[in-house]
Amino acid sequence: MNRILEEKIVKIFLFAAAFTAVFSVLLIGIFVFMEGLPIFFKYGLTDILFGSVWNPTNQVYGIWPMIVGTIYVTFVAVLIGAPMGIGVAIYLVEIANERISKTIIPAVELLAGIPSVVYGLFGMFAVRGVIASLSRGPLGDVLPSNYQSGYSILAAAIILAIMILPTIINISIDALRAVPREYKEGSLALGTSHWQSIYKLLLPAAKSGIITAVILGVGRALGETMAVIMVIGNTPAVPALDWTGLFAPARSMTANIALEMGYAGPEHQQALFATGIVLFVFIIVLNSITQLLVRRRREGGAK
Amino acid sequence: MTVIELQRASKSEQGQGGAGDVPQIRSKNLNLFYGDFQALHDISLDVPKNQVTALIGPSGCGKSTFLRTLNRMNDLISGVSITGEVLIGGQNIYDKTVDVVELRKKIGMVFQKPNPFPMSIYDNIAYGPRAHGLKKKSRIMEIVERSLRQAALWDEVKDRLHSSAMGLSGGQQQRLCIARVLAVEPEIVLMDEPTSALDPLATLKVEELVTELKKMYTIVIVTHNMQQAARISDRTAFFLNGKIVEADETAKIFTNPKHKQTNDYISGRFG
Ligand SMILES: Nc1ncnc2c1ncn2[C@@H]1O[C@H](COP(=O)(O)OP(=O)(O)O)[C@@H](O)[C@H]1O
Ligand SMILES: [Mg+2]
Repeated sequence: MNRILEEKIVKIFLFAAAFTAVFSVLLIGIFVFMEGLPIFFKYGLTDILFGSVWNPTNQVYGIWPMIVGTIYVTFVAVLIGAPMGIGVAIYLVEIANERISKTIIPAVELLAGIPSVVYGLFGMFAVRGVIASLSRGPLGDVLPSNYQSGYSILAAAIILAIMILPTIINISIDALRAVPREYKEGSLALGTSHWQSIYKLLLPAAKSGIITAVILGVGRALGETMAVIMVIGNTPAVPALDWTGLFAPARSMTANIALEMGYAGPEHQQALFATGIVLFVFIIVLNSITQLLVRRRREGGAK
Repeated sequence: MTVIELQRASKSEQGQGGAGDVPQIRSKNLNLFYGDFQALHDISLDVPKNQVTALIGPSGCGKSTFLRTLNRMNDLISGVSITGEVLIGGQNIYDKTVDVVELRKKIGMVFQKPNPFPMSIYDNIAYGPRAHGLKKKSRIMEIVERSLRQAALWDEVKDRLHSSAMGLSGGQQQRLCIARVLAVEPEIVLMDEPTSALDPLATLKVEELVTELKKMYTIVIVTHNMQQAARISDRTAFFLNGKIVEADETAKIFTNPKHKQTNDYISGRFG
């Protein structure tokens, strides 16, 4: 009797904990939407979402520059970070001997533990400096003058690429390790090279896990604020959409909120919450994709 | 062992090639160490072409280890060291100049636990040929069909070649793995207890298959099922504690073994 009661109490407690988690998400969501939605009604959905001028002093609240800036910087970050991270994971699981992986894995863990402001500092001085000397030097004639400071999408993307590495590496490692050893043996026994076994069998078999890793990396890049603020230049203008845009100073949605919330008046605040709504939707979409993938993987892998 | 099995065993003995044949595989004074632990002691064994050679013995005696020296699968395990020679077609496969990948194309392997890849039946069979550079679709399809027919699986799967191999039964999966090996057109097929995870009916199918396959391939099969060795093999090597106690024609091993230990084992006194 006593044990049954105990079990009941534990159950209730755990349920409450789970409920709190769900409830918090809900609460934050509702809060952000309540604060941000009015401005959409006032100025119209398209003017807010696709307006390319952000000028709060004159009541112009187009968040398009921040949407483009965020997507651009995230895209480039993943373009750099994902192949690198997956490559490192393959190297650690398949190629490196124990001694090497025992040095690299703690280093990767350390990378995850570095505060973002430190990444920002590194970006500000090291990465930005290199990019500035490039954009002022060899590219000086091609780039517009406001693209030459080094504060740029590229600088932010490089920093973000490093920041998402641990996520991508760790989850890809798990995905690769989860592939049964029998597959690899079977493949090698057919007279395929190690490399062929990796890209024809191991990677496809670990595909959904690796995609999950990349998506979580995207989520991390989307949400990063401080390090981005320190290197991206924070200009609320739509960057050029060709390669020169890499050198454009831009502003991410997170930066927009963090930079301006401190002094914003009521309507301005709503516009920042609207930025938050867009970010929220981005994250929800990403998480749904991850959920879908995880479910599909559980349901039995093949194709 | 039943009378019928004995008869089968002695029948298969008659079909053998003459004693003058060069063995397809010859291991000479082979020693293998896992780190400090010596798993194989001075193994010398000849495996004739187009015959089934069974490796029997209690578990842990080194059968799998020996089998895996024949296609150098032990290379994958760190800390393994080997002395002695394994000659295949007269070439020492542990020679530094040997290309292991090429070697493994000639020597297929079927594992204890069926290990189909997580892809379609078709892609499983096509995997090897494709990896070896074959691109032409019609040719791949030919190989898929031929291999599945050889593995006596074609009729069961021909209507669902493009569904996942993971959906097959255990016995079908194992025959798929055999077909996958045959698709690479090896000369030798190594099998490590290929039926130990299968039910009796599936086991029977695989055994029939082995008997069929020896017309074209040289087969080395590990089994701890003595009846199986008696039923399907031409020659049998009895392993004990990393050594070969006795290797001879299967009928002789099972009717008139030279060593007491062999006799004890086959009559079920240990193992
Ligand atoms: N990877 C390994 N590392 C160390 N010892 C091993 C390894 N594989 C097998 N052994 C040992 O080698 C001996 C022979 O094993 P194995 O060849 O698997 O035997 P069998 O196939 O006859 O059951 C056993 O004592 C086993 O514990
Ligand atoms: Mg074994």
